Amino acid sequence: MGETMDIKSLVTQIFRKVDIPILVIILFLLSLFVLAAFTTISIPGLISDSLVRIGMNGVLVLAMLPTIRAGIGPNFGLPVGIIGGLLGMLIVMENQIMGPIGFFVAVVISIGFNLIFGWIYAWLLDKVRGQEMMVETYVGYSIVAFMSIMWLVLPFRNPEMVWAIGGVGLRYTLTLQGYFDKVLNNFLRFRIFGDLYFPTGLILFFALMCFIVYLFFKTRAGLSIDLVGQNEMYAISSGIKPRAARRNAVILSTVLAGIGIIVYAQSYGFVQLYQAPLFMTFPAVASILIGGASIRRATITNVVMGTVIFQTLLTVALPVLSQVTRGDITEVMRLIVSNGMILYALTRAPKEAN
Amino acid sequence: MEKNVKNRIKLILLNNIVPITFFVLTLGAVIAAKIPPLFLISEVVRRLSRNTFLVLALIIPVVAGLGLNFAIVLGAMAAQAALFFVVDWNITGVKGVLLSMIIASLLSIFLGWLVGLTLNRAKGREMITSMILGFFANGVYQLIFLFFIGSLIPFSKTDMLLPQGVGLRNTVDLYGTVAGALNDILVVNIKFINIFIIPLLFVVGLCLFITFLLKTKLGQDFKAVGQDMHIARTAGIDVDKTRIIAVIYSTVLAAIGQVIYLQDIGTINTYNSHEQIGLFSIAALLVGGASVRKASIWNAIIGVILFHTLFVVAPSAGNRLFGQPQIGEFFREFMAYAVIAFALAMHGWRARKARH
Amino acid sequence: MKTVLEMRNISKFYYGNQVLKNVSISVGEGEILGLVGENGAGKSTLMNILFGMPVIHSTGGFEGEIIFEGQKVDIDSPSKAMELGIGMVHQEFMLLPGFTVTENIKLNREITRPNLLSKMLGTKGKRLETLDIPAMRRDARQALDTIKMHSIDEMEYVASLPVAHKQFVEIAREIDKRTLKLLVLDEPTAVLTESEAENLLNIIRLLSEKGISIIFISHRLHEILEVAHRIVILRDGQVVAEGRKEEFTVYQIAEKMVGRKIENVQLPPRKKEISENNVIMSIKHLKVHMPGEEVKDFSIDIREGEILGIGGLAGQGKLGIANGIFGLYPAEGDVTYMGKSYQLNSPMYALKSGIVYVSEDRRGVGLLLDESVEMNIVATAITAFGMFTKKFLGFTVYDRKAIRQHAENLIKELDIRCKGPTQPVRRLSGGNQQKVCLARAFTLNPKLLFVSEPTRGIDVGAKKLVLDYLVKLNREHGITIVLTSSELAELKSICDRIAIVAEGKLAAVLPPTAPDVEFGLAMAGELKEVKVNG
Repeated sequence: MGETMDIKSLVTQIFRKVDIPILVIILFLLSLFVLAAFTTISIPGLISDSLVRIGMNGVLVLAMLPTIRAGIGPNFGLPVGIIGGLLGMLIVMENQIMGPIGFFVAVVISIGFNLIFGWIYAWLLDKVRGQEMMVETYVGYSIVAFMSIMWLVLPFRNPEMVWAIGGVGLRYTLTLQGYFDKVLNNFLRFRIFGDLYFPTGLILFFALMCFIVYLFFKTRAGLSIDLVGQNEMYAISSGIKPRAARRNAVILSTVLAGIGIIVYAQSYGFVQLYQAPLFMTFPAVASILIGGASIRRATITNVVMGTVIFQTLLTVALPVLSQVTRGDITEVMRLIVSNGMILYALTRAPKEAN
Repeated sequence: MEKNVKNRIKLILLNNIVPITFFVLTLGAVIAAKIPPLFLISEVVRRLSRNTFLVLALIIPVVAGLGLNFAIVLGAMAAQAALFFVVDWNITGVKGVLLSMIIASLLSIFLGWLVGLTLNRAKGREMITSMILGFFANGVYQLIFLFFIGSLIPFSKTDMLLPQGVGLRNTVDLYGTVAGALNDILVVNIKFINIFIIPLLFVVGLCLFITFLLKTKLGQDFKAVGQDMHIARTAGIDVDKTRIIAVIYSTVLAAIGQVIYLQDIGTINTYNSHEQIGLFSIAALLVGGASVRKASIWNAIIGVILFHTLFVVAPSAGNRLFGQPQIGEFFREFMAYAVIAFALAMHGWRARKARH
Repeated sequence: MKTVLEMRNISKFYYGNQVLKNVSISVGEGEILGLVGENGAGKSTLMNILFGMPVIHSTGGFEGEIIFEGQKVDIDSPSKAMELGIGMVHQEFMLLPGFTVTENIKLNREITRPNLLSKMLGTKGKRLETLDIPAMRRDARQALDTIKMHSIDEMEYVASLPVAHKQFVEIAREIDKRTLKLLVLDEPTAVLTESEAENLLNIIRLLSEKGISIIFISHRLHEILEVAHRIVILRDGQVVAEGRKEEFTVYQIAEKMVGRKIENVQLPPRKKEISENNVIMSIKHLKVHMPGEEVKDFSIDIREGEILGIGGLAGQGKLGIANGIFGLYPAEGDVTYMGKSYQLNSPMYALKSGIVYVSEDRRGVGLLLDESVEMNIVATAITAFGMFTKKFLGFTVYDRKAIRQHAENLIKELDIRCKGPTQPVRRLSGGNQQKVCLARAFTLNPKLLFVSEPTRGIDVGAKKLVLDYLVKLNREHGITIVLTSSELAELKSICDRIAIVAEGKLAAVLPPTAPDVEFGLAMAGELKEVKVNG
C-alpha cells in the first residue's frame, strides 16, 4: 500500500516540476529506444554516438547560460562568438600548426577575438535593451552574411583551404585531418563493451567547462550578473552597475561560443564556413530550454540535461525512424522539436510575479 | 530661423536614414553593374507587380502594434498547399488561380487565427515569437509535404512525387496549369517593357483597401491597440480579438500575394519558395522607410523598387568590382539581414530611450 | 434630491490585507462629493471597484453592493461602468498620444457611416463602417466648449499638448458621453497650476449645475472645501467622518485624516544623548526626480544617534528623500556627511560610507523573491564588500559555510519564521520578508540607516517586532535611523523628531508629542495658514 502511494506522489511531483513539452519529448525518446530494441540497430552504438554528440554540442549550449542569467534571454547572436572561434581555427590551419597543440592555440586565439567581439556586441545590446533577442538574431544573420563575403576575400593561402580553381577564397568545409581532428574525442578513449566507446577527453572537457562556469557564478562578478538578471533594482541598490554586469555576461557567452565551435569542429572533423554558423544557434537555444531553463532562469543542470536529451533524441531518431519512413526525417524533427520548444518558452506566462 | 530649417532637415534625414542610405547604395551598384537600363526597368516593373502585394500584407500588423509579422510565411505555405492541389486536380488558367486563392484564404483564416492566439500569449515578444512560429510551421509543412503526401494524403499525379513515391518533388512546375494565368490576361508593352496589368490591379486594389480599412472603425481600433493596449482595453476595445483579426488579415493577404508571386515565377520550390519570402518582404518594407511601429503604403512601394533594384544588379556589380558574382549574391543577403537588424536596433533604442 | 449612487458595505482584501472595511457612501444628483484620505486609506481602491477595473477582479473581487439609480448593479468591467453612465478621469492619463484630441474624445465611441462593404456584410460589418470625422469633430468641439476650453484645437495631436490641456481633454471625453451621470475625478489638480486648478473647479461646478454628480478626490483640502457639497473622510479603509461641507474646517478634516490612538510606549534610554551640534548628515536644497514622489527643495540636519521620522501624504515627496540620498533616483543638492562632501547618485558610494537603505518597495527592490533567505541576507554584502568569500583554485568565491552561519544567527536574532535558510523568500509572510530586509541591512554594518515604510502590509505582531528591532539597532549599536512612513502612529512611537514633507519641501519639524491636528495641517501644506489664522 505504502509503495504505490509513494510512486503516485513521485509521479505528481514530477508532473509539477517538469513542463509538459519536456515530458513529451522524453517519452518520445524513450519510445524510440524501445523501437530500436526491435530492430537490428546496435543500442551500445547509439549510446556511443550520443555521448559524442553530447560532448560535441555541450559547450555551445553552455554559452546560453550567462545571458539568460543576466536577464537578456538566450543568446540568439551565437554566430558572433562562433565567427571568433572559426577565425581561431583558420589561423591555426593557415599557419599549419599541426597536432593537438593546434586545438589549444585555436582556443586561445578565439578567446582573444571574442573578448573584442563580445565587448562591441555587448555595447550594441545595451543600446537596444528590451529587444535583445530580435536584434541578436538579425545581427547574427548579418554578420554571417558579411563574413561569407569575407571568406571569399580574406588572404588565406593554404592550398588545402582555398578553392582549387583560382586559388582565392575559402572552401565551404575544410578538413581538420592532420590538425586536431578528434583530439579530445580520442584522448583516453576507452571501450566499455561491444560498440560502446566512451570519449573521455571530450566529456572531461565539457565537464571542465561546466565547472569553470559554475565557479564563475560563485564569484562576485558572477553573483553580480545573477542579481542583475533577477532584480535589476536590487542589484543597483547593492552597488552593482547593471550595464557592466550584462557586458560581462555577453562577453562570457561569446567566448564560450567560440570554444564551443572549436570543440564541435574537432569532433566533427571539419570546419564549416559560410551559412553553417546559423544552424548552431537554434538547437543550442532549444537544448537549454528542453533541459528545463526558461527565458529568464537557467542552471548548469539545465545545460547538461538539455544537451543529453536533445542530442540523444537526434542521434537515435535517424536510424530508428528511417526504418519506418523513407527519407531523412531528422531534419524535420529537429525543426519541429527545437522551434516548438522555443515557442513554448516564449508563450509561457512569466512565473516570476513582480 | 536658419537653425530651425537646419534642424528640420536633420530630422527628416534621421527619420528616413534607411531609404536614403539604401538609395545611395543602390545607385552605386547600378552604376557599377553597367546593366542595360531597359532591362533593369523591365525587371523592376515586373517585380512591382509580383512582390508588392506580399509587402503590403505586412502593414496591418505593424499598425496594430504586433511589429513585423514574420509569420506571413504561414500564408505563403497555405498558398503553396492550395496550388499543389489545384495542379493535382488539373484546374488551369484564371479558374485555377482564383480557386487556389480561395482555398489558400480559407486555410489562412485558420492559420492566422492560430498565429494570433499564440502572439497574444507572448505580448511584448511578438516579433521573435512570430519568427520562431514561422520556423516551426516550416517544420510541420515539411513533415506534411515530405512524409505525408503520397502516403497518408493521396496524390493522383504521381510524377509530382519524389522517386520514393512519398513526398512532393523539389520543384513543382506551374506551366500548363496556372503559370502566368494572371499575367497573361492583359499585357501592355511600352518600348519593349512588359507591364502585367492584372497583378498590378491587384496591388492597386490592395492599396485602396488598406487606405479604406484604416479609415474604418476597425482600422481605428487597430491604431488604438497598436499605441497602447492598456488604454485601449480601458476604453472597452477587445484588444485580444482585434489583434487576432489583424493577424488574420495579414495571413490571408500573404496567401493571396504568394499566389500572385508564384504564378509569375512559374515554378514552386516546394521547400524553399516560402522561406525567403518573409525575409525579403520585411526587408523591402523597412528599406522603404517603415519601422517596427509605423508602416505605410508608400513604404511598401518605394521599398520594393529600391530593394529589388539592388537585388537585380548586385551579382553583376559584384562581378565587375571584385571579379566574383558570388560576392554580389552574399551582399544582397547581407543587405536584407542588415536592414532588418538596423530597424530592430532602432526600435530597441527608441523604446529604451522612451523608458528613461 | 434623488440618490444616484450608493455603495453599501464595501470590503476588499488585497493578498490578505484588508484595505476597505464596510465602506458606505452615497451621492445625489448633481451633488459634488469630496473624498479625502491619506494614501492607503482606500480612496483609489474604492473608485477602482466603482469603475470595474480589471485589477479588482484579478485579486479576488469585493464584498458589498453597488446601487446605481435605484438598481443593484454588477460592474465587472470599465465598459459596464461606462454603459451605466459612470465616467472616470484617472490619475494617469488614459490618452493615446498618436491620436488627435477628437480621436481621443471619441475613443471606441466613434461615429461611423455605413459603406458598400459594411452593408454587404450586414451585422458582421459594423466594424467596417467608415469613420465620420466631421461629425466626431463637432462633438469634440462641443464637449470642449462646454468646459470652456475654446483654445484647445480638437485636431491637434495629444502628444503635443501641455499637461493641463491633457487633463481637460480627459474631462471632455467623459462629458461627451451623453449618458454621463456620475463623474469621478481622481486627483485632477495634482498636475495643474493654481489658475488652471481654479479653472477646473469652475468646470466642476458647471457640470454639477447640469445635473452630473461628481466624486472629487483631492488632498488639497481648501479645494475640497471650496467646491464640494458633502465630504467623506476615509482612514485605514473605513469612513471616519462625513457630512455637509459647512460642518468642517480645514483643520478638522486634517485631524480626522490622521488621528489615531497611540499606546504610550516607554523607549529604552540612550547611552549618549543626542545634541543638535552633532550632525551626521546635513542636507541642503535636495532635489530628487522620483516619478510620483518629487522632492523639490528639501533641507534638514540629521543628528547623530537620533531616530528621525519623515512623514507626509502620498505623492508629496517623503519617499523621494531616502531614494535620492541613496542614489536609486537622480538627485541634486548640497549634502555633507560626517563633515565631508557627500557624492549623490551612487549607491556604491553610499554603501561604502556606511549608509544603508531599506526600500519601501520590498518586493521590487528589497528582495530577490526566488532566492533563499540566506542569499537575500548576504548578496549585497558579497558584491559590494566581498564579505563571506574565500579563495578556491585561484578564484574568489562565496563561502557557503560562512553564509549559512551568519544567516542562522540573524534568523534567530530577528525571529524570522521560515523553514530554514535555504527557503525561497517568496514563501515567507510579509512580516518575515521585512525582517529579511532588515537582516540584509544589518549585515552591511550601517552607520546611517534609511528605512521606508517598514511595516506596510504587515500584521500587528510583526509590526511591533520590526519597530522594536529598529530601536534596538539605534540604542545598542548607535545606528542613526531615518524612518520614512505614512503611518503617523509609528513615527510618533519611536522617533525623536518628525519632519513633515509637503509639495516636495519640508513643511515642519514637530516633536512626537505635537497634537495630531498640527501634523494633519502640515501634511496638507496648511500649517502656516492655520497658525496665521489662529
